[in-house]
Order: sequence, then structure tokens, then C-alpha cells
Amino acid sequence: MSIDSPQPFTVPVRTRPRYGDLGLRAVAGSAAVVLVAVMAAIVYQVVREARSSIGQFGLGFLTDSQWNAVTDRFGALDLIWGTLVSSLLALLIAVPVAVAIGLYLSELAPAVLRTPVALMVELLAAIPSVVLGLWGILVMGPFLAEHIEPFLADHLGFIPLFSGTPSSHGLLPAAVVLTIMIIPIVASISRELFTSVPSDLKQGAMALGATRWEMVRSVAIPQVSGGLVAAIMLGFARAVGEAIAVSQVIGGTLNLGWSLFAPADTMAGRIASQSPGAATALQKSSLAYLAVILLVISLITNISAQLISGRIQRRMGIQR
Amino acid sequence: MSITASPAPLSGGGARARRRRRTGRAMELLATIAALLAIALLLLVIGSVARRGAPALSVSFFTNVDAAFLQSGGGIENSIVGTLIMTGIATAMAVPVGVLLAIFNTEFAPPPLSAAIRMALNVLAGVPTIVIGVFISGLLVVGRGQSAVAASAALAIIMLPLIARSTEEVLLLVPTSLREGGMALGATRARTVLTVILPTSIGGIITATIVAVARAAGETAPIIFTSSIFANAVVTDPSQPMASIPYTIFTKSESPSASDQQQAWAAALVLISVVLLGSIIGRLLSIRTRRQIEQTR
Repeated sequence: MSIDSPQPFTVPVRTRPRYGDLGLRAVAGSAAVVLVAVMAAIVYQVVREARSSIGQFGLGFLTDSQWNAVTDRFGALDLIWGTLVSSLLALLIAVPVAVAIGLYLSELAPAVLRTPVALMVELLAAIPSVVLGLWGILVMGPFLAEHIEPFLADHLGFIPLFSGTPSSHGLLPAAVVLTIMIIPIVASISRELFTSVPSDLKQGAMALGATRWEMVRSVAIPQVSGGLVAAIMLGFARAVGEAIAVSQVIGGTLNLGWSLFAPADTMAGRIASQSPGAATALQKSSLAYLAVILLVISLITNISAQLISGRIQRRMGIQR
Repeated sequence: MSITASPAPLSGGGARARRRRRTGRAMELLATIAALLAIALLLLVIGSVARRGAPALSVSFFTNVDAAFLQSGGGIENSIVGTLIMTGIATAMAVPVGVLLAIFNTEFAPPPLSAAIRMALNVLAGVPTIVIGVFISGLLVVGRGQSAVAASAALAIIMLPLIARSTEEVLLLVPTSLREGGMALGATRARTVLTVILPTSIGGIITATIVAVARAAGETAPIIFTSSIFANAVVTDPSQPMASIPYTIFTKSESPSASDQQQAWAAALVLISVVLLGSIIGRLLSIRTRRQIEQTR
């Protein structure tokens, strides 16, 4: 840089490498290597543990209803069913409530209440799942079995979902526990989304004479719908992967029926309840096969949720 | 929004305007009810745990180990010690890696790489903890037997994304002027990071750690694989499996015995107090840190 300089003095250019910088960069970079290594190891190790079950049952594992340690034959159909029913039911209850909470926090709540209410909703997510499960077994499950389920059976019993004998363990209590876990996740994301809607859009709608609800319905929600989809996917992933609380309240029974009152089981719940006492190597491997399925679901939902919200952030960035 | 909607704001008294106003108010009411519902659920769970757990709390509950099979009494001393040691080791593993990762992301990585790392952290945070249990069990437990260290490794994997993500957020809050100030004084990048940026954001790092510890202390799923067969005594050797508060709640919650259930409630009260307190302190601290850093701008 000093060649064309008109100045008589040359500026001393530092050519010696900055060892401190290189060192810190290397150390910090190695943390990134650790991250990648851990993630690769998780995938490799879990697939490796599942290898013999994958070899034995192949994709038929997904459609086989047997889970029998005596005959050493394992299939995940009932568990997939239980996982889907409990998670989707939880989403069905949680999403409207959570989106409404997000709206309340971003649009309605008085300024003094905003932080404390948001904090309390977040604390709901901080309750350890084993505590929620304990409450589910000893308080919520019996309450459902004594009061809610008989009521549903009496009045809506013609719907297969609400048929059957009330029981304190089953899909319904599992779905309630999962609902409590999903609400804070979806609520805090929707709050951020609604807050990110540019205020000139909101004010524009209000200036055109819209009520606050009409503004939310016709401007805010369409604006963030992609983000809401991403939030719902994250909530779904959380529900599908929850093992402890579900295994405590769901009853741990294979079940392919429609009744929400009947005991059932989920993939994650079965891993939690059977791993410590797995009788055969093939059973252990089949439990790992379930973990592979959970891993695939969580990878797909998380990555696509991030791609969706990344796209939205870019779009919003351009718009502003 | 449709242009045909009444141009006059809703001060008018037309039936249509009244209906729209009423719908709006009903929806606002529903949203408020939803928020109240979440608060009610939180208080309901905490209330249940407090009401059932409090009567069983006593000094001996904290100073005795778990009662032998079919005997009543006993406490959770061994569980408390186990949880402290296991989360302690997990914190020692996760904090350095998480903080370094955040430094790499904010100070060194080119934007596409840091975006990829951020995505990887989110993906890791989304991996079900039971799957992490299966992973660690195959990696560290098969052939070696259970140990507190194996449990800590699993907990550290759960903590890592939490610490890295919130540390990165705090590092990004540090004003560019401070960074440039360090550079302008002739300091190397490394020196600027170590003497300017980290000290400014230490509060945020501590907050992130508190929140992650609160989360790890309540994790049960990985413990099932790594530390579920333990001596009924206070164990301090991390190469041995240990009792833990979440696992004690887990096993006792499924017991038909009333005294076991009572112990589960009491242990849950201890756990939930620590976890919620940690979360609240973490949250309040993070608001404060944010404000302090913004003031330096």
C-alpha cells in the first residue's frame, strides 16, 4: 500500500501473523467442529443401534401392528398411531389458544402486563415434564376419568373418539399434557411474529376503518401465516418427541382404536418405558429403530420450519 | 381488507357497524381468556404440587437417603447430591463449548457458515431428549455400565444449543463501537473479544447458563439410560450411577404406595421451585443485561 503513496514515509504494514487471532479462531472453530461431530455421531450411533431391527423388519416395521418380546417380532404401527393421535389432538387444542395468547400479548395486553404475562406463559414451558407427568397421573388423569370422560361419552358417545370406558390412563390425558407443553412454544413464536408485523400495515388497516379484530384477521394473520405454520411444526415436533410425561399418563398399551379414553402408547413413550428392561437384543434394536423414526421426524420438521421462517424474515426485510 | 367496508369508523350506529364492533370485542375477550387459561394452568400445576408436596417436606427429607424397599420415611439427599453433581459436570462441559461456538459465530465465521451453524444448533435443540438418551446409551453405557458422567454428557448435549444461542444473542448486542474501539487502540481481534466483548456480555452468559441448568436439572429421559440403577446411598464418584431428583419423581409417581406418591410430590416441589426460580431469575437478569448493554451504545 505504500508504493503509490505520495508521502515520504512508508506506513509500517504489519506482516507478522496475529497469533492470538489465529489461536482464538482455531479454538472457537473447534467448538463448531464439536457441534457437527456430536450431531453426526447422534445420527450414526442411533442408526447403528437400530441396524439389526432395520435389517430384520425393513420398512414393514412401520405397518406391522405386533410388538411382542416373546416371539421377538416388532412393529411400530400402533405406536405411530398413538403418537399421531395424541400429538394432533394436542395441536388441535393448543394452536388456537397459543395464537390467541400471542395476539393478546402483542396487540391487547396493557404495557404493564405484557412482561409478567409473557413470563408466566414461558414458565409453563419450564415445568419439567416429569412433574407434569406426575400431575397427569395423580390429578388430571383421575379427574378426566371421573368427570370429563363420562360427560363426553354420554353426550358425544356416538363419535368413535368419545366411545369406550373412561380411564385415567389413555390418549386424552396424554394429549392434555402435550397441549400444556405446546402452548408456550407456539404462543411465544406467534407473539414475536405478530410484533414483527410492520405497524404501518396495522395502522393502515385501522385507518381504513377496520376494527382491531378485522385488522388481525385480514392483515396480521395473512402476513405471518408462514411463520405460524413453522410454529405449529415446531409444536408438533415437541409433542412427537415427548417421552417421559406421555409414558406416565398414556397407559403403555398397544392400541389401534379410535377411542381417546383407551390406554395406548407412543414411540417416544415406548422407548422410555421399555429401554431399561428390554429382554432381547432385537427388542433393544427395535427401540432404537423407533428413535431413528423420531430423529427423522424431528430433523424434517425442524429444518423445514427454519427454512420457512428464514424465507419470511427475508421477505419482511425487503418489505420494510 | 375490502374497500367496500364502511369507510366511516365504527362510531356510527348502523346494525352492521354494531355487529362488527361486537365481533371485535368478542375476539378480544377470547384472546384475553386464552392468556388467563395459560396462567391458570401454570398456577394449577404449581398449586397441586405445592399442596401435596409441602406436608412431606421436613429436614429429614433433605438429609436422609431414599428408604429401603417397602419401608416408609426416607428422603432425597442422594437424589439432590446426584442432580447437583450431574448438572454440574454437564455445565462444565457445555458452557465452554457453547460460549466458544457463539464467539466463533459472531466474530469469525463468514455469514453463510454462521447461518448454517445457527441452523444446526436449532436442529440439535429439536432432537428429542429420549433420542439423545438412546445415543449416549449406545456410545457410553453399553459395555461400560451406567455412570453419572454418561448422564452429564447427555445433559450437556441438551444444554449446548441453549447456551450457544442465547450467548450469541448477547454478543450481537455488544455495540460495534466497542469492537471498533478495541481495534482502533491496536488490539488484536482476540484481545478485543477477551477484554472487551466477553466482559461486557458476561451477565448474558451467566443468564444463559442459569436457564440451561434449570432445564437440565429437570430432564428425565436421558437419565433413564445412563443413571437409573444406583446404590441407595449418597454417591459422589462420577464414574458410578447416581440417584437424581427427576428420576426419583419418575419411579415414585408410578408406585401405588401412598407414601411413595407423597415423596414424589415433595421431590417435585423441590424440583419445580428450583427450576422455576432459575427460569425467573434468568429471565429478569436477561432483561437487565440487555438494558445495560444498550446503555453503553
